[in-house]
Amino acid sequence: MTVHTQGATPVAEESPPPGTKEPAGGGRSGGKGARGRRTGNAAWLPYALIAPAVVSLLAFLGYPLVRNILLSTQQLGRTEMISRKTVWTGLSNYTDLLTNDAFWTVVVRTFLFMAVNVVLIMVFGTLIGVLLGRLGKKMRLLLSLSLVMAWAMPIVASATVFRWLFDTQFGVMNWVMRSLGFEGYEQHNWFESGFSTLTIVTVMIVWASVPFVALNLYAGLTTISGELYEAARVDGASNWRLFRSVVLPMMKPFFLITTFLEIIWVFKAFAQIVALNGGGPDRASETLPVFAYVEGMAQMNFGTAAAASVLTILVLLIAMSFYFRLILKQEEEQ
Amino acid sequence: MGKVWPNAVALALVPVFLFPVYWMFSTSFKPSSEILTETPTFVFTPTFEHYGTATGVDMFWTYVQNSLTVTIGAVLLALFVALAASFAIVRMRFRGRKGLVLAVMMAQMAPWEVMVIVMYLIARDAEMLNNIGFLTLIYFVMVLPFTIWTLRGFIAAVPKELEEAALIDGCSRTQAFFRVIFPLLAPGLMSTSLFGFITAWNEFAMVLVLNKESEAYTLPLWLTQFQSAFGNDWGATMAASSLFAVPVLLLFLFLQRRAVGGLSAGAVKG
Repeated sequence: MTVHTQGATPVAEESPPPGTKEPAGGGRSGGKGARGRRTGNAAWLPYALIAPAVVSLLAFLGYPLVRNILLSTQQLGRTEMISRKTVWTGLSNYTDLLTNDAFWTVVVRTFLFMAVNVVLIMVFGTLIGVLLGRLGKKMRLLLSLSLVMAWAMPIVASATVFRWLFDTQFGVMNWVMRSLGFEGYEQHNWFESGFSTLTIVTVMIVWASVPFVALNLYAGLTTISGELYEAARVDGASNWRLFRSVVLPMMKPFFLITTFLEIIWVFKAFAQIVALNGGGPDRASETLPVFAYVEGMAQMNFGTAAAASVLTILVLLIAMSFYFRLILKQEEEQ
Repeated sequence: MGKVWPNAVALALVPVFLFPVYWMFSTSFKPSSEILTETPTFVFTPTFEHYGTATGVDMFWTYVQNSLTVTIGAVLLALFVALAASFAIVRMRFRGRKGLVLAVMMAQMAPWEVMVIVMYLIARDAEMLNNIGFLTLIYFVMVLPFTIWTLRGFIAAVPKELEEAALIDGCSRTQAFFRVIFPLLAPGLMSTSLFGFITAWNEFAMVLVLNKESEAYTLPLWLTQFQSAFGNDWGATMAASSLFAVPVLLLFLFLQRRAVGGLSAGAVKG
């Protein structure tokens, strides 16, 4: 590669012992590169540079993933925990789960929850993104800022706020419902069932996720030249036609990638559910990740919990593989 | 086509997105007597008493300190490690490079929320429960793939010729890096670390499972515990939420353009 003049600077002479790993830690005293320069890139240099990253990813991500799979084939409950015995049980955690109706209820609930959320996010996000493009400057700034505020709210903070909005006694929502003339909203408990709890989780997730889609769609739309719209308009295209024939095809990669991202994010949703109502009442608002957490931490069925999380990861991997194929395809096209 | 309808719809949407944030702040400044009313009040004389309650909680400053430690620690570590790795990825050719890029991309989507149980068991075996340092390491690995990924883009954007010119001028490779490339990376490092900051500051699943003892709480965990402890003291709870949310809200306002531009640059090109 680039081997040019050498040794011209005196600084380069006082090079530290070879094999010093991180150039990033070296500060400005410099000089480490003397060796590498003379030989182009020393063969070990790239490996030394990536070593810290690779080691930490293997230790904190790779190893836990492997441990998780091993754990899912063990029986690990309170007794085994105390006696510190390892009891291998093969696939029995999986067969137990897969023949358990309660587990299937959670699976079905998770997919329904995900589908509803992603559809709502994409529809509202798209509508608002398109709307942003048609606003005047000031109104656009105002709406963008309020979108950014919703986007920026930390999940745990919004969970406490939503609890307050939906408070049984003094919550604004009960007051709104009463003011709109609905019956039965004196002291209405919004968290009385799993369904209503998940509905509030959905409102919260959609509220917080729509800005991402809307703002990015708008940013993408601004890259489409105005002439395209004008040409379509001259041809007499309606709004819907304009969206279908101009926006949709141009923005197809955006829609695909955003949809996959939202699927993965909603599927992994954990803090939203746990911080809002702990998966309750009666475990009725648990989705797969929350189910694994409650099985493990509260019920001390660590083996079962691990099996549930392996299954969840498998589903995520399938979603991700589609996502990565799309990304890779895009990278190649560029 | 007039602008009346779009503007009217937008005007109706603004409160939808702002209201929860507004309600959090306004409750945090409301006198208690005006919070606990069946009909909400919108006009009131602001009070700071709830902020006193929230920050007066035992060990509040420990939690602030814990949160700052894990967040800043994780971000700094990630920056150092990622800088080295992404530089190698962009400027060097070596065996396994493609595999590494793919692994980093996949790790970016790692299902951390789903692995809390196994992380608990690993931490327990290593006697690392309630350990802020261990939590920092986990957060570091959480933000690392993303950091590598973004820095890779920023480094690639620095023209190779600049580096070569510095080498011709007699700089060593390390000098060239720190004198020429590093300053050009400053904006990239800024926005990358802000994103890392947000991730680590907000993290909830791991700390919930790993750090059960109150000395080792971070702010998100403190906030949920605060809420269950203070039950109906909504003024104090909202003050606590505001305290926790404000840094992130500010960062986002600051980041806004980059945040939006970043994705559209990477994902929208077809």
